[in-house]
Amino acid sequence: MTSAYKIEVENLNAWYGSNHVLVDINMKIKDRAVTAIMGPSGCGKTTFIRCLNRMHELVPRARVTGKVVFDGVDIYDDNVDPTWVRRRIGMVFQKPNPFPILSVYDNVAFGPRIHGIRDRKLLDKIVRQSLEMAGLWEEVKNDLRRPASALSGGQQQRLCIARALALEPEVILMDEPTSHLDPISAAKVEMLIRKLAERYTIVIVTHNMQQAARVSDYVAFFYMGKLVEYGPTKEVFERPRNELTERYITGKIS
Amino acid sequence: MKELHERIRRLEDKVARVLVYVALIVALIPLFSVLFEVFKRGVGVINLDFFTKPTPAVGEVGGGVANAIQGTLITIGLASLIAVPIGIVTGIFLSEYSDSKLSSIVRSFNELLNGIPSIVIGLFAYMLIATRVGFSVTAASFALALIMIPIVSRATEEALKLVPATIREAAIALGMPKWKTTIFVALRIARRAVATGVLLAVARIAGESAPVLVTMGYWKWWFAGFDRPVANLALNIFLFAKSPFENWIALAWGSALILVAMILGINVVVRLLMRERSP
Amino acid sequence: MVADVAGQTKTAHFFYQLPHDRRRPRALITGDKAFKAFTASVASIVVLIIGLMAYYLYLGSQPSIERFGAGFIVWTEWDPVKGIFGALPLILGTLTTSAMALLIALPLSLGVALALSEYMPKRFSNVFSFLVELLAAVPSVVYGLWGLYVLIPFLREVVYPPIRSSLGFLPLFSGPIYGGGVLTASLLLAIMITPIMSAIMRDLFALTPSTLKEAAIALGATKWEAVKLMISYARSGIVAATILGLGRALGEAMAVTMVIGNKFQLLPSSLFDAWYTMAAILANEFIEATDELHISALINVGLLLLVINLIVLICARLIVWRYLKVVGGIMRE
Repeated sequence: MTSAYKIEVENLNAWYGSNHVLVDINMKIKDRAVTAIMGPSGCGKTTFIRCLNRMHELVPRARVTGKVVFDGVDIYDDNVDPTWVRRRIGMVFQKPNPFPILSVYDNVAFGPRIHGIRDRKLLDKIVRQSLEMAGLWEEVKNDLRRPASALSGGQQQRLCIARALALEPEVILMDEPTSHLDPISAAKVEMLIRKLAERYTIVIVTHNMQQAARVSDYVAFFYMGKLVEYGPTKEVFERPRNELTERYITGKIS
Repeated sequence: MKELHERIRRLEDKVARVLVYVALIVALIPLFSVLFEVFKRGVGVINLDFFTKPTPAVGEVGGGVANAIQGTLITIGLASLIAVPIGIVTGIFLSEYSDSKLSSIVRSFNELLNGIPSIVIGLFAYMLIATRVGFSVTAASFALALIMIPIVSRATEEALKLVPATIREAAIALGMPKWKTTIFVALRIARRAVATGVLLAVARIAGESAPVLVTMGYWKWWFAGFDRPVANLALNIFLFAKSPFENWIALAWGSALILVAMILGINVVVRLLMRERSP
Repeated sequence: MVADVAGQTKTAHFFYQLPHDRRRPRALITGDKAFKAFTASVASIVVLIIGLMAYYLYLGSQPSIERFGAGFIVWTEWDPVKGIFGALPLILGTLTTSAMALLIALPLSLGVALALSEYMPKRFSNVFSFLVELLAAVPSVVYGLWGLYVLIPFLREVVYPPIRSSLGFLPLFSGPIYGGGVLTASLLLAIMITPIMSAIMRDLFALTPSTLKEAAIALGATKWEAVKLMISYARSGIVAATILGLGRALGEAMAVTMVIGNKFQLLPSSLFDAWYTMAAILANEFIEATDELHISALINVGLLLLVINLIVLICARLIVWRYLKVVGGIMRE
């Protein structure tokens, strides 16, 4: 029985020390759709997606309770290896963070390599396909040995996306991926996201409502750690059911 | 009256400015004098013999410091072999787990070790090792390793701290276990800074003579085994300088010249390397 | 995608499959835990070393402690032949030369630090900072060599005679001049500890918030007055730097023994007279000593030196902590 939902979040709570950052989140994330997570600063949206790939627990004094069921498996189960989770659920960060001393090729090949892929031909193929999918192949194909730091900001972010894609994850988490990019690069990344949604499940944190409107199929609105509203993008934006959502959308709270 | 007060204030300001620069010049005079004298009195001794002949016997003319160079290299090598791994791993611990209680204890003790007089460290190495093995390279290297460890450890800790957390996060998000990101990502990025720390530590022990003296004593011949002493460049300076023999005193200056050249050379190179890295 | 009974997930791989693409159970001892344990144990070596050091020095001093007890610290004879050892003159010599060195080095380092951080234009201050740091890198034995063959003749011919002729009525300046001795050793020590002290102070001054000085200048203060304000703000840091310089001076062996004259006496007859320090006697006598009591007396001296040094270092640490709390408090406002 395949579920239309890739990730089902059940009663998720998260803390930083005694700070209760996420309160009783219940949410089902649709497969092969783009779900945007929005809300004012400090509402817990970044913490939320970090709970989805078990990155939140790396911070000292962080705590998580509840379930995050991915493909029928609760990723927080004691039997589950977090590195397995992170391989199936990839992440792209706010500020592009390619490995500076590695080349473009080595950056993309990093993921497969650390998980045991040694075959050169296979790696070449993976690198090429990932870069193509990230829309970067044409720009770097002539010099894959170039250090990643030589790329522009927008190119670096697409490199990071390619790097995440190289592991063939099923879900890609993105934390405000365009906030450090110029408008043109940002637009390129947004087009990329729409294209990727055909094969992957994407969860994107954004504070840019226009971006959410352009890019996402579903929107989840967080406020002070709680999930306030969640539904198809058109509905949430045009007919918000919750007063807080409406105030956020109309700019009264930010 | 007020005008006088004003004049005094301005005078004070000017005098302070002058005194401060005077202090700088006075402090730098010894540096220039040392460098100048070491060069002037040492350069004449530097010739092929200097690098190929061992310590001359009493009364013998000429001679060189070849055995001292050999011995110093061996001693430094052994000390590094001990100190670098321990120092790096300690530095990793201090930077990765800096909020643990053990970490602050280790850091404090590291500082203590750094501040203990090198001759006392030598005495400890004597008691621990030389009483069992005898005056030896092993004992001297052990003492020098103890001096190196805090330097390497602190350099590693600082270097790792400079690696942006976001790079490590990227590796973790790709499924690399946290400990592997420390070794294969962070340490790799920080390796140049760590290497400069090691170089500085080596430069430091190359000039140490006190701990060598009490763990090894003098040796006028070539390397004869790790359980025997070996000649040491810095210690030779001490021995030769106090002697009444002209050629020994000359050798002291020559040794001082190459020692200072090497140590200052490493310091210059290191600082240049560190400067070229920063944006 | 189906989760089957065995806990394997069949994932729709678009293109390739990783070798172990199964939900792997967590390892019993995770790599992270093992790594922490490993690095922690290696890091603890340092703690172990200090403990062992105190222990072994105590062990080595046993014969001496048994024979002389605490009286070792106040006895004033040092006779390897008769087997009588007392360290008081050494302690006095060490403390005196170090104190005198500090007296000279403190104003000097302060001046250097101010020059580098406050007065010199940035372009030059980097170069000169570097030069001062080079001073710190010169080995002690080279300073000793230079002290013996350059400084001593210079002091003996040029500096000391006029001092003696003008201040000779004071007992401090009235003895015969041979060039080395107490004053010379203190001078050399001062030269050696200045670079370290000024480096610490310079970093200290760079850390003081510029708003402090700017506020003073805005009120019409001269540069010197603003600097005085900064010095009083950084007061405890300066004290800590001084104490660290003291620690360094206390333990300096080679350079001192080459210029101080190595004369064991309770008090020197003048500043130009020879004397002895704890570190110097170790450098001078340790490898020659053959008698067990002699050796253990020397190690006893080493133990004393360690203890004094540790006390100094711990005091400096405490002052730094208090200072950081003060600075942290002000910075937070």
